[in-house]
Amino acid sequence: MPNRQRRTALAITMGAVLGLAGALAAGPVFAQAAPRTDLVVGMRLEPPHLDPTAGAAAAIDEVTYANLYEPLTRIDAEGKVVPGLAEKWQVSADGLTYTFHLRKGAKFHDGSDADSADVKFSLDRARGAESVNAQKGYFAAIAGVEAPDARTVVVTLSRPDGLFLFHMASGDAAIVAPESAGANKQTPVGTGPFKFERWVAGDRVVLVRNPDYDGPKPALERVTFRFISDPAAQVAALKAGDIDSFPQFDTYEALPQFRDDGAFTVMVGTTEGETILGTNNARKPFDDLRVRRAMAHAIDRKTLIDGVLFGNGAAIGSHFPPHRAGYVDLTALYPYDPDKAKALLAEAGLPDGFATTLRLPPPIYARRSGELIAAMLAEVGIRVTVEPMEWAPWLEKVFKGKDYDLTLIAHTEPLDIDIYGRPDYYFNYQSERFNAVGAELDRTQDTAKRNALYGEQQRILAEDAVNGFLFMLPSATVQKSAVQGMWVNRPIQANDVTGVRWK
Amino acid sequence: MLAFLVRRLLTLALTAWLATLVVFAVLEAIPGDPALVMLGTSAQPEAVAALRAQMGLDRPWPVRYAGWVGGMLHGEFGTSLTYARPVAGLVADRLAITLPLAGLALVLSAGIAIPLGLFAAGRQGRAGDWAVMAFGQMGIAVPGFWFAILLILLFSVRLGWFSAGGFPGWEAGAGLALKALLLPAVALALPEAAILARITRTAALDTLREEYVRTAVAKGLPRRVVLRRHVLPNALIPVATILGLQFSFLVAGAVVVENVFTLPGLGRLLHQAIGQHDLIVVQGVVVLLAVTVVAVNALVDIACAAIDPRPRVTV
Repeated sequence: MPNRQRRTALAITMGAVLGLAGALAAGPVFAQAAPRTDLVVGMRLEPPHLDPTAGAAAAIDEVTYANLYEPLTRIDAEGKVVPGLAEKWQVSADGLTYTFHLRKGAKFHDGSDADSADVKFSLDRARGAESVNAQKGYFAAIAGVEAPDARTVVVTLSRPDGLFLFHMASGDAAIVAPESAGANKQTPVGTGPFKFERWVAGDRVVLVRNPDYDGPKPALERVTFRFISDPAAQVAALKAGDIDSFPQFDTYEALPQFRDDGAFTVMVGTTEGETILGTNNARKPFDDLRVRRAMAHAIDRKTLIDGVLFGNGAAIGSHFPPHRAGYVDLTALYPYDPDKAKALLAEAGLPDGFATTLRLPPPIYARRSGELIAAMLAEVGIRVTVEPMEWAPWLEKVFKGKDYDLTLIAHTEPLDIDIYGRPDYYFNYQSERFNAVGAELDRTQDTAKRNALYGEQQRILAEDAVNGFLFMLPSATVQKSAVQGMWVNRPIQANDVTGVRWK
Repeated sequence: MLAFLVRRLLTLALTAWLATLVVFAVLEAIPGDPALVMLGTSAQPEAVAALRAQMGLDRPWPVRYAGWVGGMLHGEFGTSLTYARPVAGLVADRLAITLPLAGLALVLSAGIAIPLGLFAAGRQGRAGDWAVMAFGQMGIAVPGFWFAILLILLFSVRLGWFSAGGFPGWEAGAGLALKALLLPAVALALPEAAILARITRTAALDTLREEYVRTAVAKGLPRRVVLRRHVLPNALIPVATILGLQFSFLVAGAVVVENVFTLPGLGRLLHQAIGQHDLIVVQGVVVLLAVTVVAVNALVDIACAAIDPRPRVTV
């Protein structure tokens, strides 16, 4: 008997190997999806916790924004500011007083009323001395918050802030309750159409429909966010039918196989992520405008976009997304021209080029772009040492310590051209011209005038060639064809599933 | 035997203490601020400072080290900087996946390897032996993560028998949870089984050359009985040693397989915690792993000493 058992064990082992090879050659198996009221959304990163008022991780908003928490205002799929917890609002003529009227019947998931006291608490908490809000600057213009009655909130500003309503629509400005705010990291309590059910740490967060929501009820009863960081595992989970929709899908090389597969739909939209070759403007030789312009001429954006994003992404010539009103196309300012680049370097006294270091954070787009750019710069004599880094050291050394020559990163906050006016920012760039336009922007409410000012800022940055302006990160979504209502574009980093339904 | 045990326990304590020192020093030396990681690129310096104070990172390092080690002696591993949960609970959640996974893989690899190794030794140089050796060579050569992807492609994507990774949680039922662990355990077990099969074969061949085996054969015992009664127990000593070492590999080395199957085990926790610069979690997990490895090795030594009295005398 034991002999036979041993032979059987061997036969099973060999059979499994042969079976594996055979089945891989066989045709695919399709799963037929019936109309459903649940949705499994794939995400690359797990949120560290679920309190958007105490962390910058995009994954927090990607689970909670608009689904679980509501700010006073909200950003919709087109990027417009629409009502959130406040159903309407008025702005005084001088732009210094905002009066918000809250929805009647709005309740937190624990059953308590969401009223003006909660709004006052949330805003004061975000701007207070103890605040650990990642976007504390959004609240910096607030001088006072009053709650004259349960449904009305009056916010006074110390200076006009043209982006105030936009910033109040961010996840960082989510309205939370004093009783539950302290525990929101693990057991989030908001006012949104979905409420928290459970979190299997490392694997998934489950939200269920909030039966007491006072607004329109979502079609979905249950939404599961699953966290899959490995690119091959993402593809497998989609193909196996475990994931219904995978937004922010950044394994771009896998998109064609999903496009060819009738069971899936691929949508490619825009994000707010301007990807730049961050340049230390204070360091030699980058303090010389001719050197920065030489680098701009040495970079072939088309090759970069094909190589890194497999063609899915728009080139930029300044720090502004092409899909936004106010965009000025400056991509032709420094056309790809290695000879011109060499000439400019020679003019700057560097006929033989120079050696430099490019410090790269972990995202795949950064690592791939970095390798390509190093090769492009080598063509004109700039010898680049590529240095990959983890996030924590990158933030500490490059971003905070400004200890770098070149780096590569996408700036994903919406309308963040103002970072070039910040004193002490990691580009080490100072321009009185740019700051003067910025000051005027803050005083201006009129949309057309604001867009003209944004155009002026874009031109200044492009002329100064502050950074290498490369491309916009795309927003690719791969999902089962029967899923409808997922956002195509990402005007903010969120997976708003309140309008999603199955065909 | 008692002196031997005491020596092993002292070594264990000393190793654990050294591990805390090394882990703490390394994490202090690595650049990176957990508060900055948390609040990101738009954070205002005063918000970062407020968070550092909240996390207790503004205290000098000797105070933090003493607090950490002192806490651990009382069973307190501290609170995760990012997850805002006690580390002990976080680790326990993850161990509830990694330990069954490693255990299952260990049972699978021993279950495959020991019979295969004995089988090969019994017919040295013949076709069966060659087949086992080829399997061994293949198992060692094939990278674990690639084999894991093949398993997913076959059983999840083509056949649809299993999910392509993920873990429903033990509260979803032991059956579902074990099902989620089965493919990862196979992926983890195969390379280990390959190594173990070759070691079992070698050990069995060595034992077969012993004189008492020749005596047993000369007595006219059937080959089957000789293999089981005389060869197997003696060949098990090196096999047990390797098995013990492998358990450490399985616990720590599950990182790759956990990533491919997106299992929220200890390896992924460590991976995420390093990314977030969550020092408290990293320290806790690394010390736990170090103590586990040392403890398992101590257990193996003790087990070998129980089987074979010689090591007891020679240190």
